[in-house]
Amino acid sequence: MTLQAYQEKATVCWADCKQRYGVLMANPHLSGGQKLAVHYFTVAMVLFMAQLLFGLLAGLQFIFPSFLYEILDFNVNRMVHINAMVVWMLYGFLGSVYWFLEEESGVPIVGLKWGQLAFWVLTGAVTVVVLVYLLIQIGSGTDTSLWLINEGREYIEAPRWADIGIVVVVLTFFYNVAATFTAGKWSGIAGVLTLDLVALAGLYLAGMFYVTNISVDQYWWWWVIHLWVEATWEVLVGCIMAWSLMKLLGVRRKVVQTWLYIEVALMFGSGILGLGHHYFWIGTPEYWFTIGGFFSALEPIPLVAMVVHSIYDAGAHRFKNSNHPALAWIIAHAFGNFLGAGVWGFMHTLPQINLYTHGTQWSASHGHLAFFGAYATINIAFFYLAAQQARGNVWMGGELANGWRWKTAAVLLNLGVMGMTVALLIAGYEQSFIERAVEGSTWAGYFAAQNHPWFMQAMIWRMVFGLMTAVGGGLLFWDLLEIGKGEQRPAAVISNEAG
Amino acid sequence: MTEQVPRWASETFWKKTAIWVTGGSFVLLVILTFDSLKQISAGGPRVPAYSVINQDVSYRFDKTKQRYQPTIGDEAPLFGKLLTEEEAEKLVDHGKKTVQAKNCMNCHTLLGNGAYYAPDLTKAWLDQGWGAKESREQLMVDFLLDPEKNARTYGSNRKMPNLDITQQEAEAIVAFLKWMSSIDTNGFPHNFKAIGEEE
Repeated sequence: MTLQAYQEKATVCWADCKQRYGVLMANPHLSGGQKLAVHYFTVAMVLFMAQLLFGLLAGLQFIFPSFLYEILDFNVNRMVHINAMVVWMLYGFLGSVYWFLEEESGVPIVGLKWGQLAFWVLTGAVTVVVLVYLLIQIGSGTDTSLWLINEGREYIEAPRWADIGIVVVVLTFFYNVAATFTAGKWSGIAGVLTLDLVALAGLYLAGMFYVTNISVDQYWWWWVIHLWVEATWEVLVGCIMAWSLMKLLGVRRKVVQTWLYIEVALMFGSGILGLGHHYFWIGTPEYWFTIGGFFSALEPIPLVAMVVHSIYDAGAHRFKNSNHPALAWIIAHAFGNFLGAGVWGFMHTLPQINLYTHGTQWSASHGHLAFFGAYATINIAFFYLAAQQARGNVWMGGELANGWRWKTAAVLLNLGVMGMTVALLIAGYEQSFIERAVEGSTWAGYFAAQNHPWFMQAMIWRMVFGLMTAVGGGLLFWDLLEIGKGEQRPAAVISNEAG
Repeated sequence: MTEQVPRWASETFWKKTAIWVTGGSFVLLVILTFDSLKQISAGGPRVPAYSVINQDVSYRFDKTKQRYQPTIGDEAPLFGKLLTEEEAEKLVDHGKKTVQAKNCMNCHTLLGNGAYYAPDLTKAWLDQGWGAKESREQLMVDFLLDPEKNARTYGSNRKMPNLDITQQEAEAIVAFLKWMSSIDTNGFPHNFKAIGEEE
C-alpha cells in the first residue's frame, strides 16, 4: 500500500472512532458522571488485557528463560504486569464512584468538566509511562532516571513526574466527589467514601521521595503498598459494594450502612497496625513481631464479615436481583476477598512462618488471588452494571441472549486465577522447604529450589491456568461489548422493603 | 426489627466505633513510626553507618537472641580504599540509585521484597557463591559489567541481562550491597551461612 492509502485508511478509522464516540456521548440512558465512568471502565478493560498479556510473557520466562532475553526481560514484563493491574483497578474504582455519585447525592456532578479533563490527562500520562517502560526500560543511576524513566520501587515504579500527575488527578476526583455530595445530600456511604479518599491521596505521598537508607525507604514504601491495599482500597470497595447491594438486591440503606461502619472499624482496626507484618525483616525493631503478628491475625475478620454480609443479603432476597452477571461477580468478590486476602494472607503472615516464606512464591500466590478476589471481581461487577444501563436498563436475568458468554467467562476467570494460586502455592511450599529450610537461603539454595522438578511442574501448571485466565479475560471483554444489545425487555424491578 | 434496634447493633454506635478505632490505631502507628525511624536511621543501633563498608561484615548465629545477626569485624576497606563517612554515603547512595534506575527489584528481592525471578540480594555480599572473600569484589564488578559472559546460572539457564552498568556504577552497587548486608534484619534470611564461615 502507498502512503496515501494508509492516510486514507487512517482518516476513515479516525472518523469511525469519532462517530462511535459521538454515539457514546449522546447515550440518553447515561448521566454525565456515568459517561465519564464508561470512559474509565473502557481503559480499565484495556489495561486488564495488558496485565494478562504481560503476565503470560513473564510466566513463560520461568519456563523458557531465554524467551525475549534482552528484548523484553522479565523485569520489564513483570513491571508492566503489576503496574497495569494497579492502574486498571484504580480506573475501575474511580469509574465506579463516578457511576453512582449522581444517584447517591441526588445532584449532577459538580465540576464534571475538570473530571473529564483529568481522565484524558491521566490516560495520556499512563500511555507515555508504558511506552517509556517498554522502549527505554532503564536509565543510568541518576536522579534524572528516577524522574523520567522509572523509580525502580516495586508497584510504584512510575517516574516521579507521573506521581505528581496522579496526585493532581486524584485531587480533582476528590473535588468532584466532595463538592457533589456537599451540593446534594450526604449519606453514610458518602461520608466514609470521602474520608477514605483523603487517606488514599495522602498515603500516596509517602512513596514519592528518594532516600539512601533502604530500611527507611521500605518503611514508607509499605505505607503506600499496605495501607493502600489492605486498608483504603478495602474500605473503598466496601463503599462500592454497599451501594451495589442496594442497587442490585434492594437492601435497605440502614442495613448496608451499619455493616459498612462495622467493616470500617474492623478493617482499619486490624489493617492499620497489621502494617507491622511487613516490618519483620527490613531492619525495623523487634516489637513489630508482636504488633504485626497480632493485628494481622485479626485482619481476616472483616473479610469474613464481608462474606456473611453479601451472602446473607443475597439469600434474604432469594437471590432476586436485577443483574445476574453483576451479582455473580459480587459473590465471587465475597469469596475471593475472604479466601485470597484473608485466608491466603493469614497463612504466611505470622513471623514464625513468614521467616521461611517471605520473598518466595507464597507471596505471588497470595497476591494473585487477593488482587483478583478483592478488586478485579467488584470492578467487573460494575462493568456489568454499566453495560446494562448503557443499553437502556435492559433485562439481564435468566434466558438472556448469549448468556453462555458471561457464564463461561466467569468460570474461566475464576478457575484460572484459582488454579494459578494453587500452582504458585505449591511452588512456594517447595521453595520454602528446599531453599530456606534445607539449604539455608543461599544463592545455591535458591537455584536448587528453582531447578527442582516440583518447582518446574508448578510453573507449568501456572502457565496452563494463566492461559485459561487470559481466554476468560478475552471472552469477558467481548461479552461486555455485546451483552444486552438488542434486548427489549426492561430490567427486573427489585422492591426495596423486603427485609 | 426496625423499631427495636439494640444500641450495640445501631448505625450510630458503629459509626462512632469506626471513627475511634481508626483514629486510635493511626495515632498509635504515628507514635511507633517516630520510634522506628529513630532506630533505623543510618548509624543507629539496627542500621550501621555507611562507613561500615570499610570494615569486615559477617553474619553469625547469636545464641542469646536465638537468631542470626550481622557482625562487624576489623578494617577491610572496599576496593582497598578507606572512605570517610561522607564519601561512603555518596557511594552507597549512587549504588542505591543505580539499583532503582536499573529496575533490579522486578527480578530480585531486596530485604525479601521484590520479584522472585532471581535470588535475594539482602545478604548477596556474604553469599558463599563468590568463592573467597579476597576475590569477591572483583567478581561482583565483573559480573555486573558483563552478566552474560560471567553468568552464574546454577544450571537454571536464567541469565541476568546486560544493563549497561558502568564501572563506577558497578562499584557503587557493590558498596550498597555490602552496606545492606550489615543491616540487622531480625534473623532474615534464616540459617544463612556467610562466606568464610566453616560448616
